[in-house]
Amino acid sequence: MATKTTTQRLDVLKTYKIYIGGQFPRTESGRYYIPTNAAGEKLANVCLCSRKDFRDAVVAARNAFGGWSGRAAFNRSQILYRMAEMLEGRKAQFVDELMLQDASKAKAEKEVSLAVDRLIYYAGWCDKYQQLFSAVNPVASSHFNFSVPEPTGVVAIIAPQSDSLLGLVSVITQVIAGGNTCVVLASEKKPLCSVTFAEVLNSSDLPGGVVNILTGKPSELASWFVDHMDVNATIYCENNSDVKKMMQEKAAANVKRVFFYDKVHWDSEEGQSPYLIFDTQEIKTTWHPVENIAGAGGGY
Amino acid sequence: MPVKAKPASRAGKVAKKTMTPATKNNTLKLKFDTSWTYAPAPESKSAAIINKQYDLFIDGKWQKPLSKTFIDTINPATEEKLSEVAVANEADVNKAVVAARNAYEKVWKKIPAKERAKYIFRIARMVQEKARELSIIETLDGGKPIRESRDFDVPTAANHFFYYAGWADKLEYAFPNRKTAPLGVVGQIAPWNFPLLMAAWKIAPALATGNTVVFKPSKTTPLTALKLAEIIEEADLPPGVVNILSGVGSTGDAIVRHPDVNKIAFTGSTEVGKMIQRAIAGTEKKLTLELGGKAANIIFEDAPIDQAVEGVINGIFFNQGHVCCAGSRLYVQESIAKTVIRKLKDRLESLIVGDPLDKNTDIGAINSRQQLETILEYIEIGKKEGAEMYQSSCNLPKKGFFCKPTLFTNVAQSNRIAQEEIFGPVLAILTFRTDDEVIEKANNTPYGLSAGVWTDKGSKVFNMTKRLRAGVVWANTFNKFDPTSPFGGYKESGFGREGGLHGLLPYLSLKG
Repeated sequence: MATKTTTQRLDVLKTYKIYIGGQFPRTESGRYYIPTNAAGEKLANVCLCSRKDFRDAVVAARNAFGGWSGRAAFNRSQILYRMAEMLEGRKAQFVDELMLQDASKAKAEKEVSLAVDRLIYYAGWCDKYQQLFSAVNPVASSHFNFSVPEPTGVVAIIAPQSDSLLGLVSVITQVIAGGNTCVVLASEKKPLCSVTFAEVLNSSDLPGGVVNILTGKPSELASWFVDHMDVNATIYCENNSDVKKMMQEKAAANVKRVFFYDKVHWDSEEGQSPYLIFDTQEIKTTWHPVENIAGAGGGY
Repeated sequence: MPVKAKPASRAGKVAKKTMTPATKNNTLKLKFDTSWTYAPAPESKSAAIINKQYDLFIDGKWQKPLSKTFIDTINPATEEKLSEVAVANEADVNKAVVAARNAYEKVWKKIPAKERAKYIFRIARMVQEKARELSIIETLDGGKPIRESRDFDVPTAANHFFYYAGWADKLEYAFPNRKTAPLGVVGQIAPWNFPLLMAAWKIAPALATGNTVVFKPSKTTPLTALKLAEIIEEADLPPGVVNILSGVGSTGDAIVRHPDVNKIAFTGSTEVGKMIQRAIAGTEKKLTLELGGKAANIIFEDAPIDQAVEGVINGIFFNQGHVCCAGSRLYVQESIAKTVIRKLKDRLESLIVGDPLDKNTDIGAINSRQQLETILEYIEIGKKEGAEMYQSSCNLPKKGFFCKPTLFTNVAQSNRIAQEEIFGPVLAILTFRTDDEVIEKANNTPYGLSAGVWTDKGSKVFNMTKRLRAGVVWANTFNKFDPTSPFGGYKESGFGREGGLHGLLPYLSLKG
């Protein structure tokens, strides 16, 4: 598909799979769909993921959560940096895929570069946002009291339809930089880069299950992304008011946090921020008594 | 007690002879049959003025409700009527929202931040000036012991206003690299367990960040919020900046659904919280939810046991257990379970249950008949599920809504009394052997508001506090609160924080 036949050598076509728990299965449903580009060329037989695929992915994400959130922030930072290195090394492949999906060469190159830079940006934040959002609270009683951000848990993400690489990379990275794990539904019309990005993740020391990538139709899957009782937060990047309303309603079943990023410009500086990491963080406050011998203000 | 000690002398014989069968339970090691009793020490009601009837506080004026309806508010300790308060309907709510919008656009958003701060400081001071009156009314209207309203609710409420007042002109320091802006009109709905304190938790940060407020207290405890309205009036806050509407569930619903409200802040049950989250779906309204909890309080074998027992008692019986962060599930390490349970039973016997206005009272009245019925129903469920109940042998007053402090042993993780929020003086006791086991059990709940850990080992404290999925974790203490300390839940206990720097964010939008 979408390849030119030559008399010399037959091209080897790639089977586009999905990414669950560090493995590359096809969808359990056996279904596929064929997205096309503007010229009408068929891109691939892409997995049309099912609700069951999503559930499997959530299980993988939940299993990975304890290990990933428990890692040293420095280690998460190194892994994100490694992801950037791997993406940089595969730039050409991503540029080709983006061009196949209607981007100009210049635009494709820019998008891949920005995606690499975004990974570097968040790699740097992994061990810093905690300091930005923490506080030692001067309580009036004799207690030591501090507040720190902790990851919300498993985040289900419906990635942007356009910016199929940069948007996907941005939204995944801000979530996992904060110690969350996620399940992501890639752009329906431009899914190729998402699967190739999974291959980058798989070679980046990122533990299996931290990021799970599905392909398919948001119209089929969106409701499951907010229905699932073991998902803590849902992110939606499109501006469809019916879907937004449906998501907010269903999210109430387990008081899910819902975030809409339809107004974020991924290709600008606004598309990256520690405040975006903060969205999928919870603040935990810890108290401990301070022994108070001889009353307050004793000298030493 | 050396009851079985070998009588080495005549003294031993005497002791044997005079030993009474008065210990009420053979597991108890302390005797409560002494002639020591506490003389009544009731707080005088003379410092409190309660009107016969309260209207709605809208646009700086006391206005008759368009609903033309009033409901009684009673003293749950005596079932006597204290006053009657207006019920705001949709039209009343609309009036309040219009007033709040006008005040926001024309006055409040134009006032310099440092002046805004001074208004809030003024409110804080007046709450202090009227502290005794507010404490008495809080106790009369809600049933909580006067000692708690006097020493905790009211001073903490005043401190909350003080704390947030100072933020008003310093917001640019709170969120690096961002400009802050108020949201507009915020609708706030408070519960009945800490009526004045919850009003302060909600109103103080909303005003400091430059918003205007429509506030609704709970149906059963409206009086201190209405006294706060009098203070706000006396403080000369511009009309419409704070509107206080007493009412019922439909009043809250009208606030939630009003199209010109920019934000809803709700504290209450998870069930109602979910309804609100659904109700505002498809709107631009921001939301903070502070919902239920089923906190685990964990005692390790190396803990200072007497302190831990005291903390567990405070954790579940503070405010009759009407506390969303109450330590209602106790996990005791198996090796010390017997000792801890015995000491808990001992301590249960010594709790004084009765007149909330009495300064000796530890446990006051249950807030309402409805809540008492819920609690009693859960006690029945606990017994049916096979858990063993133990109650204090105290006598309950003949009138009013009272419940004996209760604990259950032999509780299974899946029992409803270990899973569901009871919101009363009922403790479920479970045991564990290892750290991993207790973390698994403690986190096995849809809630995530608070948790407690008791151990003498520092590294274990931090291992536990890190792994517990809850917004507030108390280590070797419990049920502590402070205006500077953020409070709020994980998971189905809600989202957003109240208190501290983090408590500003739910009332602001941040711009790059």
